[in-house]
Amino acid sequence: MEATGLSKRFTHKGRTEPVLNDVSFQVGQNEIISILGKSGCGKSTLLHLLGGFERPDEGTVRINGQPVTGPSRNCIMLFQHYGLLPWRTVLGNVELGLENERLPASERKERAMRYLRKVGLEDKAGAFPRQLSGGMQQRVALARALAVQPKLLLMDEPFAAVDTFTRYQLQDELLRIQREERTTIILVTHDIDEAVYLSDRVLLMGANPGTIRTELAVPAAKPRDRGHEDFLHVRRTVLERFELTRAAPAPEFSI
Amino acid sequence: MRPLSKTAATAFALLLLVAAWQAVVQIGHYDRSLLPSPLHVAQGIVELARSGVLFEDLQVSLLRFAAGYFSASVCAILLGLTLGRIRPLWTLVDPIVQVLRPVSPIAWSPFIVLWFGIGNAPAIVIIFLAAFFPVLLSTVKAVRSVDATYLKVAQNFELPPLRLLTRIVFPSAFPQIAHGLHLAIGTSWIFLVSGEMVGSQSGLGFLIVDSRNVLRLDLVMAGIVLIGVFGLLLDRTVGLLERWVGRQWGMEK
Repeated sequence: MEATGLSKRFTHKGRTEPVLNDVSFQVGQNEIISILGKSGCGKSTLLHLLGGFERPDEGTVRINGQPVTGPSRNCIMLFQHYGLLPWRTVLGNVELGLENERLPASERKERAMRYLRKVGLEDKAGAFPRQLSGGMQQRVALARALAVQPKLLLMDEPFAAVDTFTRYQLQDELLRIQREERTTIILVTHDIDEAVYLSDRVLLMGANPGTIRTELAVPAAKPRDRGHEDFLHVRRTVLERFELTRAAPAPEFSI
Repeated sequence: MRPLSKTAATAFALLLLVAAWQAVVQIGHYDRSLLPSPLHVAQGIVELARSGVLFEDLQVSLLRFAAGYFSASVCAILLGLTLGRIRPLWTLVDPIVQVLRPVSPIAWSPFIVLWFGIGNAPAIVIIFLAAFFPVLLSTVKAVRSVDATYLKVAQNFELPPLRLLTRIVFPSAFPQIAHGLHLAIGTSWIFLVSGEMVGSQSGLGFLIVDSRNVLRLDLVMAGIVLIGVFGLLLDRTVGLLERWVGRQWGMEK
């Protein structure tokens, strides 16, 4: 995946405001990249551009050399509120992406079940999304995305709505599944620990307009230990960098 | 006190209504031909049932109602799905709908008789008109308020347009459409009587007109009672159906 010179402006009440300015970066196969930034820095917009849900005013996004012109099955987005269809069962939701493919019903079901098993929810196949907890719904959305075997997975603050314990568990699960499926993942988050724990590289974003200020490689080997020295070191670096990326405070004047 | 079950409450309320009616008749000493008592009306219903007129009229009315209501629902839902998805088209059609909607279907009756003749057709057309607009408007509104995330998910999985409509838009809009269908049952049932007063020789509406012409006010009242009771039954049936669909759709726990 390669993004070059992405810019996006929104026009609101006759005023044009730049949201993203000249964002470029590359993501290699099997990498996990986090885009870390404060609310409103344009990271969600960036993810929508990568997924083809919105068109950039300038710049291009390419996946395997092919320019992205719209949403596609190559690149599945996991939305903040999961986007599960409430009138379909868990299994029905996972099958949604497979209905396009010319698969016999039994094979489709089998493949959906395989991915449900991967996220540990095969016993919930007949349940409706409303009957599941937030963490389980997130896992269903993950199974639905993986079932179409995308090249790239985009995650918009994937674990923001679940409690800490569930979040840790889901993060570990995501790492395990990513190893098995060899999927490339780009995730957007405002949680520093999450970014450092999950990614190979962290892109720090600044706001007004959104740009990538710094790129940080996370050298620590996976699986990582949340309490380990290396982890804490990288975390500290991120915190320091964020101080730097913040706009300089207005100088105080005294008369 | 334990809250009454819905069925018990309904029975109790109806009993109360009949009691009040009987009380008015007794206190006012009204003449039978001015305000028939519940008993007289009950006798009237039995008389109608014995002669077979009751079932014939009821059957005719229900069939007409079903024909008008279902054809209106299908047309309105299909049109609503299309109009709701194509924004500029709805901007154009909306004023036309708003001009036509407030016109009572009965106002059209001279034209309806001219265009559709007499018999079943005028009643069906009037019921159709009465049911069409509420279903159309609720469908358009429902389609336009489909959660944008569902549409993005569909785009992401590259669902073709027709499948997007049948697998995402329609089911997502269905609870609101069902609400419109429920409303339309009431409105179009009201217009059944008026519809059958125009150019029909059978049905519950005709029963009322015919009984008035021979001054059988007890039978007029019998017709009114039957229309009311069947209106209630229809409403309850659709309510049950709505709940069942809601469960199938997974909207309720």
